[in-house]
Amino acid sequence: MAHTLKLEIVTPDSKVFSGDVEMVTLPGIEGEMGIYPQHVPLMTQLVPGEVVARQAGRDLFLAVGEGFVEITGDHVNIITDMAIEAENIDEAKAEEARRRAEARLAQQISDEEAAAVRAMLARATVQVQVKRRRAGK
Amino acid sequence: MPGTRDIRRRIRAVKNTAQITKAMQMVASAKMRKAQLAALAGRPYAQTMNRMLAELLAARSTDFTHPLMERRNGGRRCLVIVSTDKGLCGPLNTTLFREALKYGRENTVFIAAGRKAAQFISRMRLPLVAEFTYKDSPQFEEARAISRFLQDQFLAGEVDQVDVLFTNFISTLAQRPEWLAFLPIAELRSVSAEHEGEAMGEELRASGGEFLFEPSAEQVLGALLPHYLNFRMYQVLLESKASEHSARMVAMKNATDNANQLIKDLTLEYNKMRQASITKELLEIATAQMALG
Repeated sequence: MAHTLKLEIVTPDSKVFSGDVEMVTLPGIEGEMGIYPQHVPLMTQLVPGEVVARQAGRDLFLAVGEGFVEITGDHVNIITDMAIEAENIDEAKAEEARRRAEARLAQQISDEEAAAVRAMLARATVQVQVKRRRAGK
Repeated sequence: MPGTRDIRRRIRAVKNTAQITKAMQMVASAKMRKAQLAALAGRPYAQTMNRMLAELLAARSTDFTHPLMERRNGGRRCLVIVSTDKGLCGPLNTTLFREALKYGRENTVFIAAGRKAAQFISRMRLPLVAEFTYKDSPQFEEARAISRFLQDQFLAGEVDQVDVLFTNFISTLAQRPEWLAFLPIAELRSVSAEHEGEAMGEELRASGGEFLFEPSAEQVLGALLPHYLNFRMYQVLLESKASEHSARMVAMKNATDNANQLIKDLTLEYNKMRQASITKELLEIATAQMALG
């Protein structure tokens, strides 16, 4: 019986993470989910948030955007718009992007632009949150 | 008849041109490699998405429909032309636009991606609805902006059919304008030409038994469809860029070769002329001496 899960996180530009992990926590559309090996096959949507992967006793944190998750007994595949490891997040830049997006939302803009800006805002906010939480510990 | 000085000047001018085209060729080939790598980098994503689609399609109920899959008989069409921003890339845009003219202009609105397409549409006095730009290395966000816009237009009932015309990258030497029926989604097969991943999904379902879907297969599929479109658009942009850079590389290589040939011909001409003038001078001196003696 397998004791590890093969986690793969891919974005349109690259494969961000690929490796064996003991556990994954991810933000599903119906709430946070913790996944261990031998999980029932499941497919769901991913919402912007934080993915935690436990690899050899060490936790790895990633900020992710919207996407989808596919879980089989020994695989977890995540496809998403954005995935950045906590260490690689530039907090100042994310914060700046967040402020810009907020400022843009306050103005009169078309619906489609508002949607795009809102998605950007969500992504930037998640990055800032993940970074802060990790820095605080 | 041009003098030796004129020829010298021409040689210099052609040399300068050759230098520039040579530099452009180098730049284009470097960019082409990058564009090809970018297209490859999207493959794991395409594979995973293919597999998910296969699983979802097997799980959904047969009468499932989505507004994006709705077939309407309105006949209002929309054509998206994906071209380059700059010229100097051989016949790439010309063949693309020739193809575009076949589409017919009745009941059709046009959308441009890339500056050349926008110029073409306004030159032909066709109705232009929107103009998008995309960078030298296309970003997913840019593709999403275009795709979102198209989906909104479609869902709002502004258009009943959306087609995309772009240049497909076949090899460094061959690029072909190609049509893509973007909306409505007629059949869901795979995100790109590659079918890998799809079979794996079916196999997985057959062996792994039932998948659970949260909240439901229909909802997940409904959410996946826009992403599917965004990703297709992204691939279109990547293909176009790869085509552009390889077409430019080839065009610039030809230009460099032509310039070098021209330099060779001109140099020969120049030397002949120089020799002729020297011979003439010698003859004159000899004649003068004979006359004196």
